[in-house]
Amino acid sequence: MEQIAVKPNGEKLTLKMRFREWFIENIVMIIFLSICIAGIIIADQPAYFLITQLLERISRNTFLVLALIIPVVAGMGLNFSIIIGAMAGQIAVIIAKNFNIGGLPGITLVMVLCVPLSILFGIMIGRLLNKTRGQEMIASMIVGFFANGLYQFLFLFLVGLVIPIANKDILLQSGIGLRNSVDMAGVIQANADGLTTDGLKYAIDGIWKMRIFNMVFFYGIMMLAFNSIMLLRKQIVSKIAIKSGSVLSLILEPAEPKADRAYRIRLIGYGILTAVAFAIHYLGMGSTELKMISTIKFPMVTGLLIALLALFNVVIQKTKLGQDFRSVGQDQHVSKVSGIDVDKVRVIAITLSTILAAWGQVIMLQNVGVLNTFGSHMQIGMFSVAALLVGGASVTRATNAQAFIGVILFHTLFIVSPTAGKTLFGDPQIGEFFRAFVAYGVIGLSLGLYAWKRAMGKAT
Amino acid sequence: MELKDKQISFKEWWRQFAASSSFPRWIITLFFVLVCALAIAQGLQLPKLLSDTVVRFGMNVILVLAMVPAIQSGIGPNFGLPLGVIAGLVGTLVSFEMGLVGLEGLIMANVISLPISIIVGIVFGMMLNRVKGSEMIVSTYTGFAIVSLMSIFWIFMPFKHPEMVWPLGRGLRNVVSLEGIYSKILSDMWSIKIFSEKATGKLIFLFDKTEAYTKANFDSTLYVDIFAIPVFLLIIIALMCFALWLFMQSKVGITMKASGDNPRFAAASGINVDRSRIIGTTLSTVLAGIGITIFSQSYGFIQLYQAPLNAAFPAVAAILIGGASAKSAKISHVLIGTFLFNGLLVISLPALNAMLPEGNLSEVLRLIVQNGVILYALTKIGGES
Repeated sequence: MEQIAVKPNGEKLTLKMRFREWFIENIVMIIFLSICIAGIIIADQPAYFLITQLLERISRNTFLVLALIIPVVAGMGLNFSIIIGAMAGQIAVIIAKNFNIGGLPGITLVMVLCVPLSILFGIMIGRLLNKTRGQEMIASMIVGFFANGLYQFLFLFLVGLVIPIANKDILLQSGIGLRNSVDMAGVIQANADGLTTDGLKYAIDGIWKMRIFNMVFFYGIMMLAFNSIMLLRKQIVSKIAIKSGSVLSLILEPAEPKADRAYRIRLIGYGILTAVAFAIHYLGMGSTELKMISTIKFPMVTGLLIALLALFNVVIQKTKLGQDFRSVGQDQHVSKVSGIDVDKVRVIAITLSTILAAWGQVIMLQNVGVLNTFGSHMQIGMFSVAALLVGGASVTRATNAQAFIGVILFHTLFIVSPTAGKTLFGDPQIGEFFRAFVAYGVIGLSLGLYAWKRAMGKAT
Repeated sequence: MELKDKQISFKEWWRQFAASSSFPRWIITLFFVLVCALAIAQGLQLPKLLSDTVVRFGMNVILVLAMVPAIQSGIGPNFGLPLGVIAGLVGTLVSFEMGLVGLEGLIMANVISLPISIIVGIVFGMMLNRVKGSEMIVSTYTGFAIVSLMSIFWIFMPFKHPEMVWPLGRGLRNVVSLEGIYSKILSDMWSIKIFSEKATGKLIFLFDKTEAYTKANFDSTLYVDIFAIPVFLLIIIALMCFALWLFMQSKVGITMKASGDNPRFAAASGINVDRSRIIGTTLSTVLAGIGITIFSQSYGFIQLYQAPLNAAFPAVAAILIGGASAKSAKISHVLIGTFLFNGLLVISLPALNAMLPEGNLSEVLRLIVQNGVILYALTKIGGES
């Protein structure tokens, strides 16, 4: 049970104390940041390469990491079973591939198919986790392995033998079982950004791409507008008289009321950011390397989906359901006594996470372009959880910001560690083992620290 | 009316049966019998398959035995088994590097690994005392992290033996052969092997003959390998089980079990629960270290790098199949569970592959059974909100 540090009224925290508190709270993130910076310096890769790789990985993985937040809020810990959501996404991709539907209709079909599959799986996982209370994390990990067995049974034996497949290209030569890798690329180009009318590759990424500094420019303008509104929100709310409780007021009401000063500081920050982005993109200022970097394009629709999910994570916590998530997450017994159907709330939380994971997996696959039938889903549970924890989240508290920071740090390490390993020890394999160690170690350490705190709380 | 009563009682019986920890044992027994019937129906040699099962049983049983002290001391199934496995591997490698062969080499491997696994076990036990209630998930990820960390060490460790390191490049090989070192040293000693001559159908009994000898003298085109039992290995296993049983009857063993059964009551009656848990964890780690040396000699290879990553899951599944739960385990559970689980895998491999040659249905079956059984045991722990 994470407690929000409430200081007695009147007690002023010195800057030093606040810094210390912040430092202890974010120790995992700070260690990781140091490792990343060291890795970047040792690997010494061109900035263009690093940024291209990083942006690709951010657009590919953030959605999956954000899918973990709701179960954390609902007190179910880190949902390792998102690999089952990923399996649902892959089943949907196989169905679309079977009927050879690609392009925008294809990806829409896939996204729609994900929903019923994930709801079914999510309800089953949720019920199971209700029976393994207190051991949700190990149970969600093992249920993922178990489901992987069933998934293999489906795609190695039932497909072709019991379930007829129209598209013989995805089957093994014997006619039973799927190929190890299913190509999702299409042939007929629809635009210059990689969108095709017959394939699923880049079916979301390719819809609309924007050069990064142009994107930063528009983002800056939006944030300037948003912060101005927040600064003037009292006047606005009173002027147009928004009904309290409506969606718009939910968005406008900050979770923790911030001082006007915070918005002013942000206004200045975003103002500088916008000006710099404008100078680089429109005026062509900066070094040749910067000009090269400014040619990198970011998939806008994918970014928009990620932003929408982040918004969803915030808004849902302000609804009745979200309040139930929180109170169940804080104390199941108290929630039950106060009339909340605890079991149902937990099932809903896991089901939502499963649907989001399925979509997240589709977003990842359409970027990669090849479905590794029996492997694509296996590591995303571990990687997503590790990324979230690296961002400073814990078993009981996770936010969008932690997810974003975590993805950036974790994937920076992934990009630099093989090269850093090669420069330091002449062996890229060492870097690969090192990043596996870091991923497992971060999870082990975070879970251990959390359990330690909890055990100490019980003892006193 | 009477009939209705009977139906209800049957339902009640079934409910209780399905909720008991011996439920998986009967389900897997049923599977096992079905697979055996399938093997016979396909004309496969059941005695040979059963003797293969015994060999696999001998390979794995000590690793499963390592679960007993862990569960009895109250830390639950030891998902941190890779820690002990790695201690055993270090001992094996050092003994290999020293150039020791035969029984001497195997004993030396254990002598070297013993202090390592004791230290690792104590530290691991102290750590698990800090994370009471989350032992399983924390030890799983501790195991994963240490396996990855050791993968880096396998590259850096200053081993020189040409059979162990890559001829070009650096570090230990992924798989190191024990051929000519002590491969099958325990499995072949006092072994009873039966061959039949294809032409005449005459049976030939062999005692205490190595695999190299049988390979040289009994060509598979002329002779059929019917049966083989590693007698000496089974004696060693029996002795180890007996030793563990004796320990459990000792004062330390009884206090350990008491702290596992009811930690609060044990603490109230003056037992140092934390110390008992450390003893249980250490014993489990030591057994894992010994277990991997026995596994390696049987298998004929040392597997390094990512190989120990998932070592814990089959061992946990085996003892649960035997009828153990996350809170109580007996040595009989180890023996029954290891036999059933390995028997199912050994016999299903040819039996299912004859039916469906594509893909490895037996491996899929292993995934489902192994994780299904662990999940079932987990649902017995929680439940109350």
